[in-house]
Amino acid sequence: MTMSFAQLRAVYDRAPSAFDATGPQAARLATLGWTMIAIATVVFLVVMALLLVPVWRRRNAPRVDGPAEPVSERAWILYGGTAIPALILAGVFIVTLGAYDSAAPRPNGPPVTIEVIGHQWWWEVRYPGQHVLTANEIHLPVGRPVKVLLRSEDVIHSFWVPNLAGKTDAIPGVTNVAWLEADRPGVWRGTCAEYCGMQHAHMALSVVAQDDAAFARWTDSERAVSAPPADSGTLEGEQAFLQAQCVYCHTVRGTLAQGTVGPDLTHLASRLTLASGTLANNRGNLMGWIVNPDRLKPGTKMPAVPLSGPQLVAIVNYLESLK
Amino acid sequence: MSSASYADAGERGTGGLPIRLTGSRSPAWWGTVWFCATEAMLFASFLGAYFFLRGSVEAFGAEGGRYVPLARPLVMTALLLSSSVTAWWGERGIERGEGGRLRIGLAATFVLGVAFLLIQANEYASRDASWTTSAYDSLFITITGFHGAHVAGGLLMNLYVQLRAWLGHFDAERHDAVSNAVLYWHFVDGVWLFILAALYLSPRLF
Amino acid sequence: MAGPVERVDLAALATRLEESWHTPKTLYGRLTTVDHKTIGMRYLATAFVFLLLGGLQAGAMRAQLARPESHLLSPEAYDQLFSMHGTTMIFWYASPVLSGFSNYLVPLMLGARDMAFPRLNAFSYWTFLLSGLFIYSSALGGVMPHGGWFAYVPYTNAQYSPQLNMDFYALALLFLTISSTAGAINFIVTIFKTRCPGMSVSRMPLFMWSTLTTSVSMVFAMPALTAALIFLELDRRFGTHFYDPVRGGTPLLWQHLFWVFGHPWVYIVILPATGMASMIIPTFCRRPIVGHVYVALATVSTGIFGFGVWAHHMFATGMPALSTAFFSAASMGVSIPSGIQIFAWLATIWAARRHVLATPMLFMLGFICLFVIGGVSGVMTASVPFDWQATDTYFVVAHLHYVLIGINLFPVLAGFYFWLPKMTGRMLSERLGKWNFWVLFIGVNLTFFPMHVVGLRGMPRRVYTYPAGMGWDWLNLVESVGAVVTVVGIALFVVNVLWSLKRGVPARANPWGAATLEWATSSPPPEYNFTVIPTVSGREPLWEAHDALLGPADQEDVQATDPARAVGHATLHGAPRHEGAVVRLQEWRVLDEGKETLESTLLDADPQAVLRMPGDSLWPLVLSLALTGLFAALLFKSPLWTALAGVATLGSIAGWLWPTAATFPPRRAA
Ligand code: HEA
Ligand code: HEA
Ligand code: CUA
Ligand SMILES: [Cu+2]
Repeated sequence: MTMSFAQLRAVYDRAPSAFDATGPQAARLATLGWTMIAIATVVFLVVMALLLVPVWRRRNAPRVDGPAEPVSERAWILYGGTAIPALILAGVFIVTLGAYDSAAPRPNGPPVTIEVIGHQWWWEVRYPGQHVLTANEIHLPVGRPVKVLLRSEDVIHSFWVPNLAGKTDAIPGVTNVAWLEADRPGVWRGTCAEYCGMQHAHMALSVVAQDDAAFARWTDSERAVSAPPADSGTLEGEQAFLQAQCVYCHTVRGTLAQGTVGPDLTHLASRLTLASGTLANNRGNLMGWIVNPDRLKPGTKMPAVPLSGPQLVAIVNYLESLK
Repeated sequence: MSSASYADAGERGTGGLPIRLTGSRSPAWWGTVWFCATEAMLFASFLGAYFFLRGSVEAFGAEGGRYVPLARPLVMTALLLSSSVTAWWGERGIERGEGGRLRIGLAATFVLGVAFLLIQANEYASRDASWTTSAYDSLFITITGFHGAHVAGGLLMNLYVQLRAWLGHFDAERHDAVSNAVLYWHFVDGVWLFILAALYLSPRLF
Repeated sequence: MAGPVERVDLAALATRLEESWHTPKTLYGRLTTVDHKTIGMRYLATAFVFLLLGGLQAGAMRAQLARPESHLLSPEAYDQLFSMHGTTMIFWYASPVLSGFSNYLVPLMLGARDMAFPRLNAFSYWTFLLSGLFIYSSALGGVMPHGGWFAYVPYTNAQYSPQLNMDFYALALLFLTISSTAGAINFIVTIFKTRCPGMSVSRMPLFMWSTLTTSVSMVFAMPALTAALIFLELDRRFGTHFYDPVRGGTPLLWQHLFWVFGHPWVYIVILPATGMASMIIPTFCRRPIVGHVYVALATVSTGIFGFGVWAHHMFATGMPALSTAFFSAASMGVSIPSGIQIFAWLATIWAARRHVLATPMLFMLGFICLFVIGGVSGVMTASVPFDWQATDTYFVVAHLHYVLIGINLFPVLAGFYFWLPKMTGRMLSERLGKWNFWVLFIGVNLTFFPMHVVGLRGMPRRVYTYPAGMGWDWLNLVESVGAVVTVVGIALFVVNVLWSLKRGVPARANPWGAATLEWATSSPPPEYNFTVIPTVSGREPLWEAHDALLGPADQEDVQATDPARAVGHATLHGAPRHEGAVVRLQEWRVLDEGKETLESTLLDADPQAVLRMPGDSLWPLVLSLALTGLFAALLFKSPLWTALAGVATLGSIAGWLWPTAATFPPRRAA
């Protein structure tokens, strides 16, 4: 089982990091970050010097009596403690204001709009313009601003793709806006950053940035309803799937499965991960997941459906056909 | 210490200083003041919540901006304010050593306070919405209800002081309990004015 | 303040005071005592036990996080652990441990014989203890709070957390609020009204300023939490809609109310500690602190501005840019008073007469180091766009530990090394102390520094596990190793304390040659603190020419009876040896007619009146137990028991307030 977890890293091109920017916004924030770290380091070193030098100089000096050596309160308190810090902080604040617009889109090309809806513990993803409905995976056209409308179905979640931008909370009753822009193709990991319950740890999503053509191809295939079973194996699988409890929660567009509690499975096989970034999407993991979701993701709302061996195999065949 | 040595306590006390028995700026007085301060912050938080929701949630704003009938609250206000006067009158009485005047003042205050609560109960009865109807109703009932509970608390203190007054505990020098109970009563009245302004009047202003 | 003068035999006076102030060491005596020193030490011991509990929980968390995808702990267990860890540390350790020091030290530093309201003081302790037991009793049912220490709705509302977990959290905190508020008011009034003659406001020790500021902040900050918790319980229990977006409420209401309380609170749990620093550092630098007045002002303004920055915890909630910018600026502004304090300490160290690197001073150096690291990381998160990346990650976890451990735990340990000899009469071991410091200092940095990195590398906080290969694995391992070192460091301290209680060198009255009044009486002090009410004529009474207990006026008389000026010397170095000393004193400095202490004027501390102190009493405990019953009844939704406990509560209040011969002398025979 740990095996199956291990494959997850291979899904992404690079590890998540606020300092490994793959988009203009994150780049701005990274510069801001380094600036702050530099200032912080200088402040720290100066204070440490002022602290340790006298201690070193006077360590176990002989007992001195008589009045204490006079000090310039002006120099220490007024300049050292007040004026200089105030100046530095003013500087920090100006830099701060300067970085605010990193949250706003760059005016290049019409934006793509995505609705991302947080659920315990997965992400529902909609492309109103492209009539796409999917889950736990967003695709972005490289170089175009993407407007993310954030909502929540239950508790507070927070949408975060460190390599692209900062966090924005998904709060019930509120619709927040986040802007993303990728300046190169790639696959990165986004995650839920606000504690939202038992599986807050496994509420990730994959971010796939691709050129316009590839993006168009993806939206087209996602928009399509599921292809009718090609061979008898998958047909049998479809039957098994539709007879099992799966349909109460999941939708496979083009079939009778119209459940809305769980993620839409119409193009499950085309996704990179399972159970919202918990596992790499491959046959072994899919099987393990269906057999006992709670073992891989304790507390998940998906029940273990009682299935015979053959049924399971058939259903997995079917799901794997949902490209 | 035998109580004999207390005999002249009130007069010169130990070591040329009076023994602290009563009076404003005394530790007990300061204690009451700071207690009122923290209570005031509780109501400030409640009212803060009211204005925050009114300002930031449309659904609430629609209701929070709703007119509330003014007749009752204005009568209630009159009752509370006059009850503060009677309480003050009684306290002045004991400061002059007139125990009877204290008891009358306390009794009058008590009656006025009860009347206030009765009208409030009647107002609740007349509301068509319960506190589970909407956030606005929840907040309205919680704020006024909490204040009502404080009035009730003040009435209990009132009874307690009345009892000790009958036992003849108080005289011109020593009536700490009276002063603190009355101070608290004034505070509860003061809070009501803010509630009146926020929940009943402000919707008519903005 | 001239009053009749009388000749007093100090030895005889001491025995008279002993009679009126003594509490028998029987069970009943222990349950009824109102001695601020006993209560203070109970606060310290209890809070420290909570620190150990919170630490053990942290240990379990670190074990789970040492490796990716590890399964030592179930998610539910982990959630309860980090929630209880944070809640315990913030509410039942960080603040009460400081109340412990204040409780013990405030009357001594003021030259008073007890707190202004001794029974209220006992009540504060009992409610603190019982509220702690109350929240920990949730462990029995396996339903410890699991919403994190700030319990955001709607996750903590009934729909998503139907069991008792969050009811334990809400009710226990409401219970604790009573304790904190009562304690705060007690400190305020004590500092206002019981300072010894001569201790005008400008001469108050800085620890008084920080305790006062903290107490006032508590009085004003706690109600916001109370309101938030009341709304939460009403939503959970009675179907109201405060936090329900569908019916005109919003989850953001909780966040605002909580942080309006929460940020002032984080200053509440450090200001007294910085006050302790301002007492300890000058002692070991053998000179008065530089910029006394500015430090006092900085303390007060930190308390005030602390109320204006709360929304910096909500930068990712989609607030309008204008308001985030305001709170960002405010948060940076609030750093300036801290800068003033830091530089006052630096200047004091710079211009020290000499450096005595005893253990307390070592902890002070470590404290300044961690303070700056935690402070600047705070300033970084105060920068809104940077916080969009940092918030809800381990970067914040790093910040909060640097400040909480740096500005609370380190001064607290320094305080123990510094004042425990006063409390127990025995010194701690210096050698163990040095080990204690270095192990802890290394452990803490090893644990928490990598968290900055792992956070910015994208690791969110409050995850019970994490995938391998994301660049977090070895950093988390280092953190867990660091946690082990930290635990050893704390264990060394525990060992040192236990050792000193057995073998510690007996402590003189003023072992460190410190300046303030608590050092003018013996270690440990007598139950009545001071044989005679001291007078002071400066900020460092024990560093001034004349004897602190006996003012210059009284000196010649001492000389007459005691050529060696035993008294004069004694109080400066070593326990006061009053035997045979007969001195001439103004009567108001004697106060031996029962339990009495001096009331003085607010600003100048001129003698004003004699305060009759209540004797030992069982009411504080009774009332606390009644309240425990009340909260338990609320927890189990039992109207009957709630009513009964309510009556019991009111009854105990009435019983408490009923006059006693001491507090309410019978009417003068006319
Ligand atoms: C001990 C308690 C304590 C203290 C003292 C502080 C001090 C500060 N804190 Fe901290 N804070 C917490 C406890 C504390 N904090 C906790 C517990 C949390 C997390 C809550 C949670 O989410 O669980 C938190 C979170 C937190 C956040 C939210 C982060 C997030 O969730 O996204 C922010 C944002 O602005 C912040 C800012 C600050 C600032 C600006 C200070 C300033 O007061 C620091 C000032 C001090 C210095 C700056 C150093 C000394 C000054 C100088 C040496 C002068 C020169 C310095 C400069 C020129 C920079 N803190
Ligand atoms: C004063 C406050 C304080 C202190 C001292 C600590 C101390 C420690 N904390 Fe804590 N921590 C918080 C306050 C504090 N913490 C808060 C407020 C949070 C946020 C919670 C939330 O998100 O809601 C938090 C969260 C937090 C997290 C993040 C959890 C998460 O987000 O998933 C972690 C993870 O490593 C952690 C670790 C530690 C460690 C290793 C210590 C170590 O320093 C502990 C050191 C050990 C001890 C202090 C005791 C040692 C025990 C013994 C020696 C036993 C021996 C017994 C005898 C000798 C009798 N803490
Ligand atoms: Cu969703 Cu955390
Ligand atoms: Cu804060």
